[in-house]
Amino acid sequence: MLWNDEFETLPREAIESLQLKRLQQVVRRVNATVPYYQEKFRQAKVSPEQIRTLDDLRRLPFTLKQDMRDNYPYGLFAVPLDQIVRIHASSGTTGKPTVVGYTRRDIETWAELMARSFVAAGAHRGDVIHNAYGYGLFTGGLGAHYGAEKLGASVIPISGGNTKRQVMIMKDFGSTVLTCTPSYSLFLAEAAAEEGIDMRQLKLRIGIFGAEPWSEAMRQEIEQKLNIKAIDIYGLSEILGPGVGIECIEAQHGLHIWEDHMIPEIINPETGEVLPVGETGELVITTITKEGIPMIRYRTRDITRLIPEPCICGRTHVRLARMSGRSDDMLIIRGVNVFPSQIESILVQIEGVEPHYQLIVDREENLDTLEIQVEVNERIFSDEVKVLQVISGRIGKEVKDLLGVTCKVRLVEPKSLARSEGKAQRVIDRRPK
Amino acid sequence: MKVEQISIFIENKSGRLAEVTQVIGEAGVNIRALSLADTSDFGILRLIVDKTDHAKSVLKEHGFTVNKTEVVAAEVPDRPLGLHSILSILDSARINVEYMYAFVERCGQNAVIIFRFDNPDEAIEVLTRNGITILSGERVSNM
Repeated sequence: MLWNDEFETLPREAIESLQLKRLQQVVRRVNATVPYYQEKFRQAKVSPEQIRTLDDLRRLPFTLKQDMRDNYPYGLFAVPLDQIVRIHASSGTTGKPTVVGYTRRDIETWAELMARSFVAAGAHRGDVIHNAYGYGLFTGGLGAHYGAEKLGASVIPISGGNTKRQVMIMKDFGSTVLTCTPSYSLFLAEAAAEEGIDMRQLKLRIGIFGAEPWSEAMRQEIEQKLNIKAIDIYGLSEILGPGVGIECIEAQHGLHIWEDHMIPEIINPETGEVLPVGETGELVITTITKEGIPMIRYRTRDITRLIPEPCICGRTHVRLARMSGRSDDMLIIRGVNVFPSQIESILVQIEGVEPHYQLIVDREENLDTLEIQVEVNERIFSDEVKVLQVISGRIGKEVKDLLGVTCKVRLVEPKSLARSEGKAQRVIDRRPK
Repeated sequence: MKVEQISIFIENKSGRLAEVTQVIGEAGVNIRALSLADTSDFGILRLIVDKTDHAKSVLKEHGFTVNKTEVVAAEVPDRPLGLHSILSILDSARINVEYMYAFVERCGQNAVIIFRFDNPDEAIEVLTRNGITILSGERVSNM
């Protein structure tokens, strides 16, 4: 089944000529309206007129997450604020979030691409979509919501949290499609079992899971414990939000990226050079229809490769292999992006605390856990227990406030954290791959 | 009239306490009194020893986090209501005890209570005025 028969099955040449036309338009537009891009193009000695073929894309400079921070909050917007109808944001490394804005047409495009994604995952009108992605600044909740409404399905905007109530509603309302992080689906299944409910007996048919990396082994576990088809979805707020790419239910192999709205490239993360199709590297995406905040060659830091072979589902859009890692040190904890440097900047702001820390990420009962180990030095040490507990409590609260992740803070003896060749091992990730 | 106490941060790992006692024991330091505060993650060992500064420096050399604080040692009769008499004096004077621990003198009739106060000078003044004997650091070290 397809949502948009014409565009989802465009012949290769038609996709590419559409991409070129739209790329030329967006490059001209940002060069005229966004001083940041104007300056970057000038430095790279490239002008919009030089983009004559799709291969010319590689002449354009990359855009990094840091560039968004440097232009916080609205510096990369390509339209005046009175044309922006929605603003989303993700947490940033120094407490400042990365901000994105959508015009009315951007919201419609997003809904269109999410509707295509739902259909690719096997959902249709008449489905009851239990949307457990968080609603708010995070793009997951509202992104999936608008797509589900566009599809004409019945959306339950349950958002995250309150797991017991989720289980009750899923059972009583007859939810057929579940959208959440993959780990949360297993957590839901366990909560259901505790309530004496077997998720396999519910009406649930499909789960659309994203916002954190997961494996084929985890897919098998989810499919078996929930008796559903588990579909991988990819997205990031800088590009759109959820709906950048999705697996089709026919193949469940690779995520179609909507090439009439985005151009994917795979680069060597060390040199920035574009790799031949099929080789593994960092995914770079250029948005070619977005109005609010167009992204030229945005470095996603996600590691994948392109699968150019035709897909059995009939879609002609290229597929991305399942994300296999990151080219930076970003962690995804319960769907929240966390950089070790964010934790570090919180620690150094607390009087006496030194940035000797280690993050232990683990998974307990299918939920990610974060423990921050902080070394106790003489400046914060006290003979009174309560003084130390105030410090660990404060660290935990600031991490929760700034990053939105609950963590456990453990004070440890100095120098007990491994220091290796000049570069401390900041993260120990014990989650099953 | 205050007594020096050292405190040591100890992670909840087996053998850590024994490492402390080994380090200071081999340095010829004798422990006079101790208390251990424990939480689920860590402990704070508080010691009164005969050679405070020496103990502190050898522990630091061995990588422990150590600090030195002043506590108050009060002598009370080793009999029922002995401790209570001190606590009611402190209570009437609205002096808060952060923590305390006690030991009994080797051959005397008295017990020694070690108190940690926010304001030790004020506490010493109140206790002395009420007839309580405050022991010097030297006295406690040589017990």
